[in-house]
Amino acid sequence: MILLLQYTLLFASVLLLVALGGCFSERSGVINIGLEGIMVIGALGGALVMKYLPVEFGGAPVMILATLIASAAAGMLFSLLLAVAAIHFKADQTITGTAMNMLATAAATVAVKAMNTAASGGHDVSSDIVYTRARDTFIVRFGNFEFNWFMLVALIALIVSYVVLYKMRFGLRLRACGEHPQAADSVGINVYKMRYAGVLASGLLGGIGGIVYITAGVSSWKFENGVAGFGFLALAVMIFGQWKPIKIALAALLFGFFRALGNVYTGFDLLKNLNLPSQIYNMLPYIISLLVLALTSKNSLAPKAEGIPYDKGTR
Amino acid sequence: MALPAIALFIAAIFFAVKKKNECWKWFAAGVAVQYITTLINTGKDELAGLISGTKADAVTALTGEQWTTCTVVIVLAGIIMLLCRYPRYEASQTLIASLLCVLGGLVIGYIVLLVIEPSGAFEAIQTILENFLTYSKPKSQMKYLGQTLVRTAPLLMCALSVLFAYKVGMFNIGAAGQYVAGACAALFFGLYFKAPWWVCVLAAMAAGAFLGVISGALKTFCNVNVVISGIMLNWITLYITNMVLSMDGVKNPMSPYTIQLRGVNPNGLLPQMDLHTLFGNEKSVTIAIPLAVIMAIVVWVVLNKTKFGYELKATGYNFHAAKYSGMKEKRNIILTMAISGALAGMGAALLYLTGIEEWETTISSVPGMDFNGIAVAFLGGLSPIGSILSAFFIQHITLGGSYVDTTYYCAQISSLISSLIIFLCAFVGFIRFAMQNRIRKRDEAMAMRKDMAAKGGSDT
Repeated sequence: MILLLQYTLLFASVLLLVALGGCFSERSGVINIGLEGIMVIGALGGALVMKYLPVEFGGAPVMILATLIASAAAGMLFSLLLAVAAIHFKADQTITGTAMNMLATAAATVAVKAMNTAASGGHDVSSDIVYTRARDTFIVRFGNFEFNWFMLVALIALIVSYVVLYKMRFGLRLRACGEHPQAADSVGINVYKMRYAGVLASGLLGGIGGIVYITAGVSSWKFENGVAGFGFLALAVMIFGQWKPIKIALAALLFGFFRALGNVYTGFDLLKNLNLPSQIYNMLPYIISLLVLALTSKNSLAPKAEGIPYDKGTR
Repeated sequence: MALPAIALFIAAIFFAVKKKNECWKWFAAGVAVQYITTLINTGKDELAGLISGTKADAVTALTGEQWTTCTVVIVLAGIIMLLCRYPRYEASQTLIASLLCVLGGLVIGYIVLLVIEPSGAFEAIQTILENFLTYSKPKSQMKYLGQTLVRTAPLLMCALSVLFAYKVGMFNIGAAGQYVAGACAALFFGLYFKAPWWVCVLAAMAAGAFLGVISGALKTFCNVNVVISGIMLNWITLYITNMVLSMDGVKNPMSPYTIQLRGVNPNGLLPQMDLHTLFGNEKSVTIAIPLAVIMAIVVWVVLNKTKFGYELKATGYNFHAAKYSGMKEKRNIILTMAISGALAGMGAALLYLTGIEEWETTISSVPGMDFNGIAVAFLGGLSPIGSILSAFFIQHITLGGSYVDTTYYCAQISSLISSLIIFLCAFVGFIRFAMQNRIRKRDEAMAMRKDMAAKGGSDT
């Protein structure tokens, strides 16, 4: 039971972080299908720090901070690909995002394999990064419950996002650019700048989400596998949450629960006795999200201008 | 090697851009120099062979390769020059943009290789581009060309699926799931029911179409974005397929793969019609290859030459206008997704019913075939005919990646290059816009000059 709670909170943190990232981007008017890719690159950045930064150097706080900064920076850098293509060159945002997802997995695999090959002199051609010791610093044990500092990070991200989006001038301007960029521009808001800010924020949060995901249950990661559709699940969470931080948090908890169930269902006698194949549990989050979307999308509150490149000539 | 010739070609292209007829002279000179240098080179190699007494075989293979390179260089230069000479046609603009994307992808891929290990980078990129040509014997070349074509067919079908939906305004990322569903149906009917091949193909198409209909219906009735529902269905289908194909009688109990179709149900394999004799008796060469090409032509005809295709495209351009003019817009959307799904499903049947590979029931990610299909569709300028060429190219470099020297590099470098190409394809609209802008500006300048001349103004 505690295990279920722990995994639910962890996966909910991941979904919350990434979905908030998507929320920033879409609120500014840029559809970010590339969240999955941003997660992979963010995870790569964080994992490299975890592998190469010695644990003795400053202990847990330094390790956590360095990992967060590295994955956020990697995510932001990667999200620039989307920002430049979609904002400056008015490229199709869906294609760009899809390309980014493929690019991230391929690039991460090539990079990690090259590093492993070079480090081992050609013996190790896997795409794994191992970070057992560093991962231990993230965890504080309360009895059976493993508290992960990243849960706190997600909570802080939620509060900050709420404040930024609804209590600050910046947030109002950002939302205006997603609803009606022409109107925003006419009162002197730089739409391009706002959209850059939105996409970069999604890179930051998506990157952190990536590192939280790969450190959630395991202490090594095979980068060939990417992040197994978690970025897309986060998008569903965002849509279900109607692009609003608090609702997104609740949606993330729900989806996190079903995802966690797949990890720990063997611990429950009732579920174990049902004797369902594990694939059913793996499928569950996706089926639920599809059903939920089918029921809730009719009155969608999506930002009105999302997906449409802003052209100053259309004012 | 042949630097003077390349310089001449660049000059020819330069003059072609400037719209001067001189470009032909420069091009001819380039061709001549290229041939002469190759002649000298091959002569040198043969001489060296004679002196050192190496096997004549090896030398001939080497010189043959040089002649191939020579021809490829000339043809490429010619194409680029022609394109620059006649930039007004839409087709040539698309082709230029696509070629730029390929070039960009290759250059960035090359840089990545250089960063990893500079010494073998050029060789590696050459290997990727050569693919089956790395084999020196003509017979093995044909055999591996056959294998490349066998894998090109499903890729082409996925590309057709993507582009068909895209023409109707939908981004069918769910083609991956439809492809997986097709594989599931084809293999299940072939292995479990021992059905003949055409039943398997139809089952695969039906399974793909079913998934497409789900996406389409969710879009029209529940307003769910096709991309999101497609992605969710991709994962659901993957897990279902793994479950179905793990059943007794379908999965090989000794390995994570399904049973070989050739062993239990030879009728389930696509007929070969003696095509395999052309490709060094490569067993997996079947009617799948011509079938895929025929489907490409059919899709082209349907989209461009029929009322039905026109209605679909009209629905894609403007949903409300289509409704207003009396088209059944909801039916059109669902039908499009069904056709798109059927194409992707058929693609899977065209791969798994050739016996070239079995389904691995433990895979944890959706096969890359569909995502490459997106690359193919956009690289082919969203034209079914262009997709035939780009499908071959993408498959060619993907398989070429498996031949790179694994002491430094890994096969994924090819997927890196193809994903870079898709990324660059997103800029195609911008490239074409820039080209048209240039042409327009030049026309305006021309008109102005004429105007001045007519007025008798002097421009000294």
